Amino acid sequence: MRNFLLEMKEGLFISFRALRANKIRAALTMLGIFIGITVVVLMSTAIKGIDNSFQKGISALGSDVLYIDKWAWFTNTDWWLMRNRKNIEMKEFNKFKQMAKLPLAVAPVMSSRQTVKFGEKRVESVFLNGSNSDYVKTTNFTFSQGRFYSEIESNSSRQVAVIGSEIANTLFPRGDAMDKIIKIGGKNYKVVGVLDEQGSIILGPFNPDNQVFVPIGTIFKNFKARHHGTITINVRAQNPGLVEETKAEAEGVMRQIRGLKHDEENDFSINQQEGLMDNYNSVVGVIQIAGLFITGLSLFVGAIGIMNIMFVSVKERTKEIGLRKAIGAKKRAILAQFLLESSAICLVGGLVGLLAAALLSMMINQFIPTSVQMDAAIIAIVVSLITGLVSGFAPAYTAAKLDPVESLRYE
Amino acid sequence: MNIINIEHIAKIYQVGFEEVHALRDVSLRIDKNEYLAIMGPSGSGKSTLMNMLGCLDTPTTGIYDFKGQSVSQMTDNELAKIRNKEIGFVFQTFNLLARSDALHNVELPLIYAGVSYSERREKARKALIDVGLEDRIHHKPNELSGGQRQRVAVARALVSDPSIILADEPTGNLDSKTGEEIMMLFHELHEKGNTIILVTHEEYIAAHAGRIIRLKDGLVESDVEVENRYVPNSV
Repeated sequence: MRNFLLEMKEGLFISFRALRANKIRAALTMLGIFIGITVVVLMSTAIKGIDNSFQKGISALGSDVLYIDKWAWFTNTDWWLMRNRKNIEMKEFNKFKQMAKLPLAVAPVMSSRQTVKFGEKRVESVFLNGSNSDYVKTTNFTFSQGRFYSEIESNSSRQVAVIGSEIANTLFPRGDAMDKIIKIGGKNYKVVGVLDEQGSIILGPFNPDNQVFVPIGTIFKNFKARHHGTITINVRAQNPGLVEETKAEAEGVMRQIRGLKHDEENDFSINQQEGLMDNYNSVVGVIQIAGLFITGLSLFVGAIGIMNIMFVSVKERTKEIGLRKAIGAKKRAILAQFLLESSAICLVGGLVGLLAAALLSMMINQFIPTSVQMDAAIIAIVVSLITGLVSGFAPAYTAAKLDPVESLRYE
Repeated sequence: MNIINIEHIAKIYQVGFEEVHALRDVSLRIDKNEYLAIMGPSGSGKSTLMNMLGCLDTPTTGIYDFKGQSVSQMTDNELAKIRNKEIGFVFQTFNLLARSDALHNVELPLIYAGVSYSERREKARKALIDVGLEDRIHHKPNELSGGQRQRVAVARALVSDPSIILADEPTGNLDSKTGEEIMMLFHELHEKGNTIILVTHEEYIAAHAGRIIRLKDGLVESDVEVENRYVPNSV
């Protein structure tokens, strides 16, 4: 064991000396690993950043909330079949609310894209959602200012609005949104609440921070009937364990309301966050794997560079290897010496790459939320060490099994 | 005391489809504190015999006992160990590590022997002093003359206190005056009780030895004690 440690120390000593003697060569070889580690770390942190923000965004939807909709979020059904479905209407919602016993809260939601103005400032393509005061119970909303509109405000269709954080930031950069009058579709609304940031989902146009909530009656009052599309019924189960029962009941109730015969298919869909998750995982999962694979290739190219240069190094030092063997170096000592050399190259390259990735991710963080985490750093170091060992093994093994007589004679 | 006992060893190399009999049938005993020269023209098997004696290679047939251990049967790692502990090599081309100073070159065998840092530094320093290089300890090979380099190599051969010192044309790359200095060093080492085996094709170098073995075509042609061997003068 002591022998082994001494040999390792000698190996380390020699490898640093060898690297110092061939500075440019070592630097160029390291560059390959440096680039490889940098892109792999950046890729994995970017993926993680996107993932985190998606998880945060999707959790705003709530895992115990069902969305009864004309449209299925994810389906193999042709879209024109769903287009021919009847819109879900307020009177159906009212029946549903009476008949369904399991839900904690139910809320109708009517959405459209509108422009929101305050003075000269404007935000376009905002999701304008009309709902009742129970809507807030179907979400996990928290408020940075104010409150959700009340039952009285809802029932009497007042001109009040709750706005998402992004809209608040754009229209009221000084944070003084409360009680201000904003304009939507030519009508005035008083801001009664501002939502906390929900975290933006990068997928698709849906951005939970880019929403405005007003009483649904107000929508019917202010927008002409031809603008009225279908409504969605948001149903929150009493607890996550009851989601399946609540869903079964909701399906039964909706079929009853629609008067469907037992052999007729549903002419509505019940959507869940779960579906969004599955879809996200299947699409983004493939992108992630492809991304890591492609960036991994650059690391692989770096590893080939190391292997190549190590073979050159072994060839160059054949005589030295012969001498070391002649004076008593065992195979494992020679093996260790060259493995240490390739690992040292990779480790230094990897550490510099990690540093570069950390700096770059700080810059990228302005656009996509990324930051190099401890686990990514450790993985990067381990990966660069393994790269060194794997790419150094073949050359080191070649060196270890060189015949001392032949190598001493080598010129 | 008998250090090396070789009986009827042969070495056959396969070169393509042809068998090359580098050594045909050689028997040899070498005692402690002998000063032996092995001579012969190229192709005589002298290098092969040296590789055998140095445990760098094993014979195809025959017996090779080194201090009672059968070398013929040894694995590569056992051979490495016996080279490390029992044999000190001195090469024609010195074979020093170019980027290491004299001290590190000399302590190299001790590293592979697992000797601790302070002990091997001490031994390496002493070996360098023994060969007269006390003021060149931290010089690198390119800062040393040919003779000084060979002295470093001799110190490296001595440092692990081996049973034999095996020198392959030790003066081949040196001018005659420097060569004579190295031969003086070997003479002193022999006087101190070391066993020395010289491999050379120069008669005047071989003349320093107490016994000369001449090889020809893989066989021992003659094995004679030298009556009045040449003792170098102090230079």
